[in-house]
Amino acid sequence: MFMKTVLRTTSAIALCASATAAFADGHSPTITIATVNNGDMIRMQGYTDQFTEETGIAVEWVTLEENVLRQRVTTDITTEGGQFDIMTIGMYEAPIWGSNGWLVPLDNLSAEYNVDDILPAMRGGLSHDGTLYAAPFYGESSMVMYRTDLMEAAGLEMPAAPTWEFIREAAAAMTDRDNDINGICLRGKPGWGEGGAFINAMANSFGARVVDEEWNAQLDSEAWATTINFFNDMMQESGPAGFATNGFNENLSLFNQGLCGMWIDATVAASFVTNPDDSEVADSVGFALAPDNGLGPRSNWLWAWALAVPAGTQQQDEAMQFIEWATGTAYIEMVAENEGWANVPPGARQSLYDNPNYADVPFAQMTLDSILSANPNEPTVDPVPYTGVQFMAIPEFAGFWTEVSQEFSNAYAGQQSVEDALANAQNIVNEALSAAGYQ
Amino acid sequence: MARAVTTPRKALNTAIAWTIGLLIFFPILWTVLTSFKTEAEAIANPPVFLFFDWTLENYGVVQERSNYMRFLWNSVIIAGGSTILGIIIAVPAAWSMAFVPSRRTKDILLWMLSTKMLPAVGVLYPIYLLCIELGVLDNRYALVVILMLINLPIIVWMLYTYFREIPGEILEAARMDGASLKDELLYVLTPMAVPGIASTLLLNFILAWNEAFWTLNLTSVDAAPLTAFIASYSSPEGLFFAKLSAASTMAIAPILILGWFSQKQLVRGLTFGAVK
Repeated sequence: MFMKTVLRTTSAIALCASATAAFADGHSPTITIATVNNGDMIRMQGYTDQFTEETGIAVEWVTLEENVLRQRVTTDITTEGGQFDIMTIGMYEAPIWGSNGWLVPLDNLSAEYNVDDILPAMRGGLSHDGTLYAAPFYGESSMVMYRTDLMEAAGLEMPAAPTWEFIREAAAAMTDRDNDINGICLRGKPGWGEGGAFINAMANSFGARVVDEEWNAQLDSEAWATTINFFNDMMQESGPAGFATNGFNENLSLFNQGLCGMWIDATVAASFVTNPDDSEVADSVGFALAPDNGLGPRSNWLWAWALAVPAGTQQQDEAMQFIEWATGTAYIEMVAENEGWANVPPGARQSLYDNPNYADVPFAQMTLDSILSANPNEPTVDPVPYTGVQFMAIPEFAGFWTEVSQEFSNAYAGQQSVEDALANAQNIVNEALSAAGYQ
Repeated sequence: MARAVTTPRKALNTAIAWTIGLLIFFPILWTVLTSFKTEAEAIANPPVFLFFDWTLENYGVVQERSNYMRFLWNSVIIAGGSTILGIIIAVPAAWSMAFVPSRRTKDILLWMLSTKMLPAVGVLYPIYLLCIELGVLDNRYALVVILMLINLPIIVWMLYTYFREIPGEILEAARMDGASLKDELLYVLTPMAVPGIASTLLLNFILAWNEAFWTLNLTSVDAAPLTAFIASYSSPEGLFFAKLSAASTMAIAPILILGWFSQKQLVRGLTFGAVK
């Protein structure tokens, strides 16, 4: 009796599965896209039906947390698993994967797509040897977001291009511990894309570099000691408690609640902090370029979330169609029409910044200026053998810089001295680069 | 004679038990409460506990964005399938180890458990390549087998422990009465070990339900279970805690309900043989 029931149930399940498979086979081609759960990406998912209507191509989304996505798509692309037809990748992965032959070159884009409209900084960062491997969906740099009311109350005026000394002075002046106001909120959280990205970009403006031209680690230099000590001292004076574990989201939360005088972070955050639905300080936010020290490089980074086609896909044409649709100008206009210009994906195309409608968005010009001021080919004062501003475009970087950022976070939390953190970081970088054959 | 427990001591014990219970339960409660808040209320400082504008908006957004039922069905198949398959294999294994042990039984048991110490990421590439070769990437039944293999040591260990509490003489008597090995297993051993088997089933179902390494790495669309559903709401750039909480609540609700209705069996099974 029992066996009969089991057999019947199994047969029913098999029948249903076969019917489902047959049903799916008889339908339009489907592409699978792996992506991150960022606001602009979620918005894009909402418009997918439009794409399907226009092209007859169905779209399946696999949305994952950023680090999970990296691991997932790396595994798939290196093993040619063929699970995805489009992958959302960043400026770090695009040139490395492109050079390995893991991505389809985007050299057959249509004339209407107007690839020359892509901002040169974005195009350069997503290319290898002049070949574009990923189309930017949105681009970002970093900039200062500050409370205009608190700045005024402190009797200071934010310059369009501040120095670190000014930022430190302003942070101290705006700090009001009795009312839980922190003069400045910055990332201290471990992770190469979290606190590691911030401190690397900041170090560029202090004249530091991760390696010299022979790939020898330079973390034991005076410039690195000055950077970390400056950051740590400023944050101890004027930063929030527990800043060593704060990343983008933690600082966004603090800023939106009116608990930060200044926040230096991704330009994409500007739309969050000026949105009155989410931010208590939406009407009193100003913007400025990321600070410098008068040495040349500013402390802003350069990043893009971009769409790429893995070499193993069976649906290359369909994938290309989607990329042209999602990263083209028509998509931007569609979002602007439905949700306003402040909500369009920023930082990817010059035509967006030439559009007079977009010029009215309060953070538009500063975002563009920040992107244009970052130079991934010459990110530091002294020459370096790599490209990338807040990262080195080599496969080993993510691993060793995550370890280094952990050392720095331990120093911020008082678990070790800055000197020890830098000494450990020096060893970590040298060991990694030596093992990988760079030295 | 049992020692009398005084009223103050009883009260103290009750208070301690409730405090520990509430502490353990608080994160779940907080997740559920946050799922009914707006995104702004979810990050409010000081946090709001009960007095906020309750909204179902997050559930609506999650429902609109994701095909919850597909994820749920996949979780049921993967967790249920791996647990049942594991029990089918583990019952004879545990029986032989408990009632006809060899010189190496203890070593085998320890070796089996030691496989749990292997970091999963260490075998990700071999397993991934194997799945590609067999054409079972993003396949529920592949995950049933993989999760069964992962949890098998625990299932065998648990069943072995329960079986050891059953006197071998009873099985011997059954054999003398002419019971075959199948009869012995099905009609004598299994009914006596029902509480143990039930708790093993439940615990391993929960383990498989919560497994978030293989289920994330070996699935994309067709076989993605609720762990992938939750992961899709975690964002590095954007505050979506209320929506993440709604997704989490929807993901843990089935297992919470199952746990609630089967708590008697679970406790009975976990304490089976603890007091003689």
